[in-house]
Amino acid sequence: MAMKWETVCPYGRLETERGIAALIGRETQVALFRLFDGAVHAIGNVDPITGAAVLSRGIVGTRGAAPTVASPLYKEVYDLRTGECLDKPGVAVPVYPVRVRDGLVEVGVG
Amino acid sequence: MKLVVVGHGMVGQRLLESLAARAATRDWEITVLAEETRRAYDRVRLSAYFDGVSAEELSYDVPAGVDLRLGEPALAIDPGSRKVTTAREMLTYDALVLATGSYPFVPPVEGADRPGVFVYRTLDDLERIREYAAGKRVGAVIGGGLLGLEAANALRLLGLATHVVEFAPRLMPLQVDEAGGAVLKQYVEELGVVTHLGAATTAIRGERPGSPANGLVLSTGAWVPADIVVIAAGVRPRDDLARGAGLPVGARGGVIVDDGCRTADPAVYAIGEVAEIGGRCYGLVAPGYAMAEVVADRLLGGAATFPGADTSTKLKLLGVDVASFGDALTPDKAATDRLDVVYLDPANKVYAKLVLSDDARTLLGGVLVGDASAYPTLRASLGGELPAAPLTLLAPAGEQADISLPGTAQVCTCNAVTKDQVLGAIAEGCCDVPAIKSCTRAGTSCGSCVPLLKQLLAEAGVVADKSLCEHFSYSRAELFDIVKVRGLRTFSQVITEHGTGGRGCDICKPVVASILASLHNEYILDGEQAALQDTNDHFLANMQRNGTYSVVPRIPGGEITPEKLIAIGEVARDFDLYTKITGGQRIDLFGARVEQLPQIWQRLIDAGFESGHAYGKALRTIKSCVGSTWCRYGVQDSVGLAIALELRYRGLRAPHKIKSAVSGCARECAEAKGKDFGIIATEAGWNLYVGGNGGFRPRHADLLASDLTTEELIRYVDRFLMFYIRTADRLQRTSAWIEAVGLDYVREVIVADSLGIAGELDAMMAQHIGSYHDEWKATLDDPVRLSRFVSFVNAPETPDPTIQFTRERGQIVPLQIGTVTPTGSVT
Ligand code: SRM
Ligand SMILES: Cc1cc2nc3c(=O)[nH]c(=O)nc-3n(C[C@H](O)[C@H](O)[C@H](O)COP(=O)(O)OP(=O)(O)OC[C@H]3O[C@@H](n4cnc5c(N)ncnc54)[C@H](O)[C@@H]3O)c2cc1C
Ligand code: SF4
Ligand code: FES
Repeated sequence: MAMKWETVCPYGRLETERGIAALIGRETQVALFRLFDGAVHAIGNVDPITGAAVLSRGIVGTRGAAPTVASPLYKEVYDLRTGECLDKPGVAVPVYPVRVRDGLVEVGVG
Repeated sequence: MKLVVVGHGMVGQRLLESLAARAATRDWEITVLAEETRRAYDRVRLSAYFDGVSAEELSYDVPAGVDLRLGEPALAIDPGSRKVTTAREMLTYDALVLATGSYPFVPPVEGADRPGVFVYRTLDDLERIREYAAGKRVGAVIGGGLLGLEAANALRLLGLATHVVEFAPRLMPLQVDEAGGAVLKQYVEELGVVTHLGAATTAIRGERPGSPANGLVLSTGAWVPADIVVIAAGVRPRDDLARGAGLPVGARGGVIVDDGCRTADPAVYAIGEVAEIGGRCYGLVAPGYAMAEVVADRLLGGAATFPGADTSTKLKLLGVDVASFGDALTPDKAATDRLDVVYLDPANKVYAKLVLSDDARTLLGGVLVGDASAYPTLRASLGGELPAAPLTLLAPAGEQADISLPGTAQVCTCNAVTKDQVLGAIAEGCCDVPAIKSCTRAGTSCGSCVPLLKQLLAEAGVVADKSLCEHFSYSRAELFDIVKVRGLRTFSQVITEHGTGGRGCDICKPVVASILASLHNEYILDGEQAALQDTNDHFLANMQRNGTYSVVPRIPGGEITPEKLIAIGEVARDFDLYTKITGGQRIDLFGARVEQLPQIWQRLIDAGFESGHAYGKALRTIKSCVGSTWCRYGVQDSVGLAIALELRYRGLRAPHKIKSAVSGCARECAEAKGKDFGIIATEAGWNLYVGGNGGFRPRHADLLASDLTTEELIRYVDRFLMFYIRTADRLQRTSAWIEAVGLDYVREVIVADSLGIAGELDAMMAQHIGSYHDEWKATLDDPVRLSRFVSFVNAPETPDPTIQFTRERGQIVPLQIGTVTPTGSVT
């Protein structure tokens, strides 16, 4: 099936270097992040360590060259490009395609 | 090949570790027979058990591949057939190591078998003492040596009035000389311990034969009441197995071994307190460790020999530093080939003696009482030339000149590590104390050489790495000054101009946020600052394990009107929040979803509440007791002061949270001495205590100033807080900060204005107070600020479907949603 793009919000709703959660369908929670350079990343919102849907509320930063977010619960750091946990090998969250079109943020699903 | 180790105490454990480190488990199949039912623990720190350190924390990890049989003592050994018998089986061995330690010597005193009489050697002993002491009033310790004074401290900690009976005319006769003993006695008695010197115990009495002890009769005729008696009159080697096997033992006990730690039977070794080596038994752990190393080497075919032992000791007994090293107890006058240099300062209760060779150049030994800061340097210089003039060495800490030790000096005696070895490790890249520890073992036993290790690191030019994180090579205090002096206002400025590249992380961003907040006290979620805040600050509430938040309105001093209580109750009921009284005298409402926070706060603000900053590294609560308004003992209005202070300092952001309390009299019902700053009322005014802490590492606060007027008190607290905020490290509570900078220094800065910055500190506080605003009110008043309180950007009202509750005792509780494996720091 071809990828479907779902519009979630105007780009202006994203705060620089912070995240916000979006609900795709009835269950899928995506955490959107806007970086300092304006780029947008989307990863799963559920913290795999605790099962709580909180990653969108973590601190955004960098580790080496990787743009990252730190889980607000126990502070494990995730690479926003790959979803990989940089502190716990083998732990990862899903990564979603995301783009900005006509000032709107769209997440690829399906 | 089969190795059987008998005894799993400190030295047996050390043998196992050394063998493991040399990968000996490939050649040796190791069985350890242990009489105690728990694995080896740090007996040297045994008394810490009464300070709240658990048995588990004192215990050592057993190296892999060892068959440890707890609660299975060796009953007999037969060197002829190389067999050991236990109650369960007969084991054969190729090599046997006796590491059975000592037993406490109980003098043949009438009544020593009565209930209520204990010895002080094992964790089980301490558990029994603790149990028996409950509800008792008076305790006595027989023996005023090192162990006796530790036991006396234990009884004190258990809340008993304590007596110590010592046969010799001074305390710690084996370690300190007469003059040192006198200073020690002064300290001990000031702590309320009654000493009976030059007295033998002739009987332990009770009401009837066989009934519990109720006191001691002394050779002086004195009667010492005691509901509990601890005997600490020395130890004797546990050499019974060797005796039974016909192996030679010394005249005063102890299995005789050669300098390779071998007994008369070459397949049987003895190490630790049970061994008599070079004609003597050692009651200290360092010589035992040295023996363990010798045997580990020998078992692998080496030919190591016992290097001789240093019996230096340094202790903190009842809060008094005592150290003795080398040949300290030579009779003062008789010897003509040695010189004594004595330093006595009765006012400060400091006594020190150095024993030198007659040319005053070689250090032979010494005694320090009251201030042992020179101990690591002195001990390392033993037998060698003094690194500086005697009085320079003995001068109180801080006034010591540069002192340099020869490379062969033993820096860590417990583990026989020389200065050269430490420098070698540093040269190979060890850049902090933990690295030196794991690479050389120095500092891993009694810990008294750690200051010296730090000094060597500094001398070697290794600057302790105080970088906050990969983005900043500054400490928090340095960053604070940079931001302040340069007048920086945004994180981007700070990181582009002073960072090392990158865009920050969850460590440096909150630090910069906190510095900006301490300096400017602006709304913390506007502009770029929003991106810096931890989730708790970002949503002005504390995140819980399931992603919901808790809400804590401020209740200054713990005082609350019935109307306000009802308002909280109504909010909790209407939003179905779990409600709990906190340990900080206020009320916490749990289970709020992020999109509910503004509605909840609207209701609370309407009822007259404001943010309690439970989410911030900021002032938390100022607890109070009822004080003179109601309490028959109160001497000042503690509630009034607590409220005034809480309103003064509310919202003040800091390196870590700040807690306080005010008690209305010395009974201290508000627990002020456990707080960052605590105030206790006196007839004449207020006493101010600083640097207290509960939590992970409890610490009682130190008295900063006494009998203050309210105005003086507030001035000192203002400066104390601002000085802390300016200079402390990230996440450093005032307790750790005070220990790092020193109470006297803080007092000078705050009270005597020794740095001339008091005016500046006062102005910073005035600026904070003048610019206070309630963060929640400011949030509710602004639609833009409110817009972030949504569950989903595209479905703002839809609750997060993963949040689910069940009910317990009539209230909601989170339904467990995942396995929580806490990792990093929970801040
Ligand atoms: C709610 C409360 C427990 C309770 O139900 O009573 C509590 C709850 C938490 N404490 Fe506490 N502490 C609470 C009183 C205490 C006390 C007792 C006191 O303040 O009188 C202490 C010991 C006193 C002290 O701090 O010196 C205490 C020592 C800690 C520590 C250890 C601090 C330390 O210096 O070792 C932490 C961890 C930290 O801050 O790094 C901590 C951290 C926490 C956190 C913030 C953990 C977290 O990050 O989730 C908890 C937040 C709960 C929440 O979301 O509201 N809490 N905590 C108490 C809130 C008091 C209040 O009204 O503000
Ligand atoms: C309160 C206290 C404070 C101390 N403070 C200091 C200090 O500050 N500095 C210092 O250097 N030293 C100190 N010591 C002394 C130090 O603890 C000992 O020197 C050290 O523990 C000796 O180690 P060890 O292995 O020889 O004996 P232990 O640690 O006593 O271990 C011997 C073990 O062998 C077991 N055992 C005995 N017989 C058998 C058997 N037949 N079969 C199986 N197991 C058996 C015993 O139950 C025991 O567990 C202190 C001691 C105490 C009690
Ligand atoms: S501290 Fe003093 S005034 Fe306060 S309640 Fe206790 S006894 Fe009363
Ligand atoms: S001297 Fe005891 S650990 Fe170094």
